[in-house]
Amino acid sequence: MNTIELQKKALTIREAVWELIYSAKTGHTGSDFSCIDILTALYFDVLQQTPDTFGKPETDTYIQSKGHAVEALYETLALRGYFPKTDLNNFSGFKTHYIGHPTNDIHGIEMNTGSLGHGLGLGVGVALAAKMDKLTKKTFVLMGDGEQAEGSIWEAAMAAGNYHLDNLIGIIDHNKLQISGSTTSVMNSESLASKYTAFGWDVIEINGNDMTDLLDALHQDNLTSKPRLILANTIKGKGISFMENQANWHHKVPSESQYLEGLNELKAQKEALEND
Amino acid sequence: MTNSIESKTANEVICATLSDAVKTTPDLVVLTSDSRGSAGMTSFISDNPANSIETGIAEQNLVTVAAGLAHAHKRPFVFSPAAFLTMRSVEQVKVDVAYSKTNVKLIGISGGNSYSNLGTTHHSLQDLAITCAIPNLEVYTPADQFETRALLNYLIHSKKPAYVRVGKRKLDNCYPKDWSTFVPGKANILRNGADICLISAGETLFPTLQAASILATKGIEATVVDLVSIKPLDTELLHKLAQKFNLILSVEEHSIINGIGAQIATIIAQHAHAKLKILGFPDEPAISGTQDEVFAYYGLDAESIAQKAILSLKG
Ligand SMILES: [Mg+2]
Repeated sequence: MNTIELQKKALTIREAVWELIYSAKTGHTGSDFSCIDILTALYFDVLQQTPDTFGKPETDTYIQSKGHAVEALYETLALRGYFPKTDLNNFSGFKTHYIGHPTNDIHGIEMNTGSLGHGLGLGVGVALAAKMDKLTKKTFVLMGDGEQAEGSIWEAAMAAGNYHLDNLIGIIDHNKLQISGSTTSVMNSESLASKYTAFGWDVIEINGNDMTDLLDALHQDNLTSKPRLILANTIKGKGISFMENQANWHHKVPSESQYLEGLNELKAQKEALEND
Repeated sequence: MTNSIESKTANEVICATLSDAVKTTPDLVVLTSDSRGSAGMTSFISDNPANSIETGIAEQNLVTVAAGLAHAHKRPFVFSPAAFLTMRSVEQVKVDVAYSKTNVKLIGISGGNSYSNLGTTHHSLQDLAITCAIPNLEVYTPADQFETRALLNYLIHSKKPAYVRVGKRKLDNCYPKDWSTFVPGKANILRNGADICLISAGETLFPTLQAASILATKGIEATVVDLVSIKPLDTELLHKLAQKFNLILSVEEHSIINGIGAQIATIIAQHAHAKLKILGFPDEPAISGTQDEVFAYYGLDAESIAQKAILSLKG
């Protein structure tokens, strides 16, 4: 899919997530908007996975370690046809499976996440199994940057380097913010690039809200025999001006006037793309 | 009891059973956290390198990687000391295994008080309390080599997550050598008597059986039950026992808080009649000594169990 079409998809998902969170009055808004471009690139261009091939041994695997950005994942999966969008009408409601973190009760979701620091180790397990079975599939794991303080991530990073898992791609949604403030002020994890390099990873640093950058990095062949880390520099709340780079939008729900204002901004961006 | 047959450790039986099974079950994978020797899995790993994964001393990653492997259609058996597997890794067990419903078999080795003189860091006297509280997780503790073999043959083919606690020492035989029955949620009655009911599981089953023999010499006939399946629990049998007996005495290598006795108490409180005495480890760090010395100190040897039964029957 060409870059403009993917950018339009990303805007459609942003509108849907904005609407979903506004209606349900819950969600991790800023975290969702940060990684929507990454999810769009993965699900509409990169992942060798369709709603029909999902879960088969040879199919690519996507694990979302930053489980709280689940609204972005739900709307991406709905738009990609994993389940009807109407399934989300009861999002976070009574007895729904569509709760505030991913669960594999839902078609398209591999593992139950939400407690941070688990996704990379799960990816190591899936990537190891692919190596054992001599499959060419790839495993993608999306992590947050605040999450990098979890010790379990570094156990997994060490194992991935040790086992030369060149079929594993870690992506860090590096928006430099977490719930309490900037990642450097809460717990400085810099330099992530040199840390992963030291753990035996091949690191690529990109603009994680730029579709061209994302496609280049996600499609780039790995000839290193190392696991690959894509350090995706992003903007938390990307796409709605008053939400961008604001830690307090981590899980804030828009008011009615904010909702309408945000929707107008997204519509304007879509129109600009149409006229390109 | 089959005392003429050489006793074996649970590890020996597990290694032999898995080494056999891997020939016909190529998806079987053994994971260790620098624990292959302690787990007695060295021969499996050297004979089956393609079915073995070492995660280093990283018990959280051990469990998470196993969950990833299970998600990718493997059958992982994870070996780590019970003390670490059920505490350091408990969230990985809860989320990646139980909640995500991945087919991971967690083998807690050197469980209970096996590492007696190594101290509280290495004791797992709370593992049953912890694991039983996690939904979607089966919990077992076999008593001898034959029951261990039967349990393993069930686990190899089951698709459900499970935690198994085994000890380190050679297990005295409690079952006949051709014993092959293992049913989840089914306890076994090893001896019938009308005066008192003794319930145990794991390494305290053998001294409990010995206690029943001591009691018999004093004219007290005991029923002895091997719980083995701690979760699911044989509630039907426990219900019946609670109706039938005036006194039930439970014996466990576990803290008396939320262990086997506590689980029995929950059933009895709902259905009975019977009084319950709980023998186990007190709510404090365990003393040092050999495992036998420690068992005797806490009243878990045959003589103490028998004495406690006599005292309790007198009321
Ligand atoms: Mg962040």
